[in-house]
Amino acid sequence: MTDDERTIYYSKAVNEALDDELARDDSVILIGEDIGCYGGSFGVTKGLYDKYGAERLWETPISENSFVGIAVGAAMMGLRPVVEIMFMDFLALALDQLLNSAGKLHYMYGGQVTVPMVLRTPGGAKGGYGPSHSQMLSNLLVGIPGIKVVAPSTPAQVKGILKAAIRDPNPVVVIENKRLYPQRGYVPAEDYVLALDKAVIAAAGQDITLISYSSMTPVCLAVKEALKPVGIDLEVLDLVSLQPLDKESIFASVRKTGRVIIVEEACLTGGVGAEVSALISEHCLDALEAPVMRVAAADMPIPSALALEKFVLPQAEDIVAAVKRIREY
Amino acid sequence: MNDLISSSDLLHMYQRMVSIRAFEETLSGLFSKGLLGGTSHFCIGQESCAVGVISAARESDWLVSNHRGHGHLLARGLDIARVMGELMGKLSGYCGGRGGSQHLCAMDRCFLGTNGITGGGIPIATGAALALKYRKSDNVAIAFFGDGASNQGTFHESLNMASLWKLPVLFVCENNLYGMSNPVSKSCASGTIAVRAPAYAMHGETHDGFDVELVHEVTSAALARVRAGQGPELLELITYRQCGHSKNDARVYRSREEEAHMAERDCLLLTAKSLRQRGVSQEDIDAAAEAARQDVAAAAEAALAAPAGGREHALDGLFA
Ligand SMILES: Cc1ncc(C[n+]2csc(CCOP(=O)(O)OP(=O)(O)O)c2C)c(N)n1
Ligand SMILES: [Mg+2]
Repeated sequence: MTDDERTIYYSKAVNEALDDELARDDSVILIGEDIGCYGGSFGVTKGLYDKYGAERLWETPISENSFVGIAVGAAMMGLRPVVEIMFMDFLALALDQLLNSAGKLHYMYGGQVTVPMVLRTPGGAKGGYGPSHSQMLSNLLVGIPGIKVVAPSTPAQVKGILKAAIRDPNPVVVIENKRLYPQRGYVPAEDYVLALDKAVIAAAGQDITLISYSSMTPVCLAVKEALKPVGIDLEVLDLVSLQPLDKESIFASVRKTGRVIIVEEACLTGGVGAEVSALISEHCLDALEAPVMRVAAADMPIPSALALEKFVLPQAEDIVAAVKRIREY
Repeated sequence: MNDLISSSDLLHMYQRMVSIRAFEETLSGLFSKGLLGGTSHFCIGQESCAVGVISAARESDWLVSNHRGHGHLLARGLDIARVMGELMGKLSGYCGGRGGSQHLCAMDRCFLGTNGITGGGIPIATGAALALKYRKSDNVAIAFFGDGASNQGTFHESLNMASLWKLPVLFVCENNLYGMSNPVSKSCASGTIAVRAPAYAMHGETHDGFDVELVHEVTSAALARVRAGQGPELLELITYRQCGHSKNDARVYRSREEEAHMAERDCLLLTAKSLRQRGVSQEDIDAAAEAARQDVAAAAEAALAAPAGGREHALDGLFA
């Protein structure tokens, strides 16, 4: 197979990971709304129903809290359920079972049970989906002890991360992204897994570190390209894992560049960016040549109108402006 | 009188019920001495539901309980000292003290846990049933919950999915007429719980939960059908908690007359009467009760003597 043929959509890479794991391990089942012949709201599970049937793909009614709870119960009994929540905003309906069951059971039952489940959900705005279908709610999730949270940014990454998440004995939330689904990239055909707790340097640079995840990583990479001609050499650190944070990689990059801008699609307040910023000030103050800056969504619901959406969500221009500010500091 | 249950079985069930009552009364004493933290939900008066249902199940059937779970734990035959130890926050407890009363699990006894979120255990039991069906096991899952929990979305969502997928799960609603202070007449538009079952194409029954023999009998029949793959069922047991909802409850929402009237239906009195009618001597009945009380007293002493965990135990074990 040529590299061209292996350049596939992010959504297809998710599909391949699910397909691989369903084939590899009969304790893996999928649970979610419209994941059968319809293939899921974003086509991610397309073809899997024909291949694996109703015994492996449990198509649910619209009952998010209970089907996440069902996944917890099945996981306690040794299955490895992979749940799809159609839009990340709908996680609100399932938060009880995620927070009070999935995240707590292993600890509170004194290690007697494990909850090897995965919850996949697309966060982020795609343009015009509006307030109930557009949020990146990473900030909600990182405050729940006992669940791992990852937000892969490329097709190759999401495949290896999702496979690792399915094999992990703990509950893992895999944040996908509606704007990433149609992006393409080279994805190996063979079986591979990636570390669930490691950040990666998406592009190395010397002057300023952009720390990002999910949909904002490709935007940061585009900004890096755009600023190259004017002699600004940006490093882009892709977090991949939001809980736990890969502190070592973060600190290493900060110590190298001394200037950091954290870029995320979630609201500004109280989220991943705030946490990373706090960690940097606690551990790398001596290395900083400027205050840590953040580019994030406004603390607002996401409006439907495309003309309005761009004022709420972080844009490439906002990153460029932050780069200018941090250089002039 | 019931032919399915021998007199010696019934005496054994009586002894279990007394040990549950003694357990709760011992806890009351420990609370007043300041030896227990937090709160606890006693099931005094409801012992017949726990013992009637669980004695009809196999040891390999999986149980999911709620916040009022001591009866379920003891009816399953868990080590009383380890249950007590868990409530006291001791390392000897089933969860090393991390879980306490409302979060107590014993996987080696097929006990998937008590649950502090009202209605939170219902989907977990449903998911356990999904796993049992998927693995073609002939064990079933049993979910215990209250009338109050039956107003949670999880009840309706889970019954619907369990019925759609014909999962091997028995939903047992202990209708003790109140959810905390809220009477069923003000919380449940349908008046009873079992009438909700047909809405999910499910068989539902309502029974007198004070009669441990009857509870055992109807549970046996229901479990046989569920085990045979005929789909999930909803079993509603009418019962009454003679105590307050939890440690501090002045019970302003009900009258002392009502309580006195319901106490006439006390399941221990009724079972002792049935034993006498079967010709079991009062001496044997008293001896069973005494043995139960001594078991609990010995368990409490052992638990009190056990050590509690330290910092490492508190901060360790978040992930597998
Ligand atoms: C989600 C949630 N809401 C409220 C509570 C507080 N609470 C604990 S038990 C209870 C009443 C439950 O009533 P029922 O299900 O009838 O059980 P019972 O206490 O009568 O046994 C309430 C309101 C809780 N623990 N969880
Ligand atoms: Mg009640």
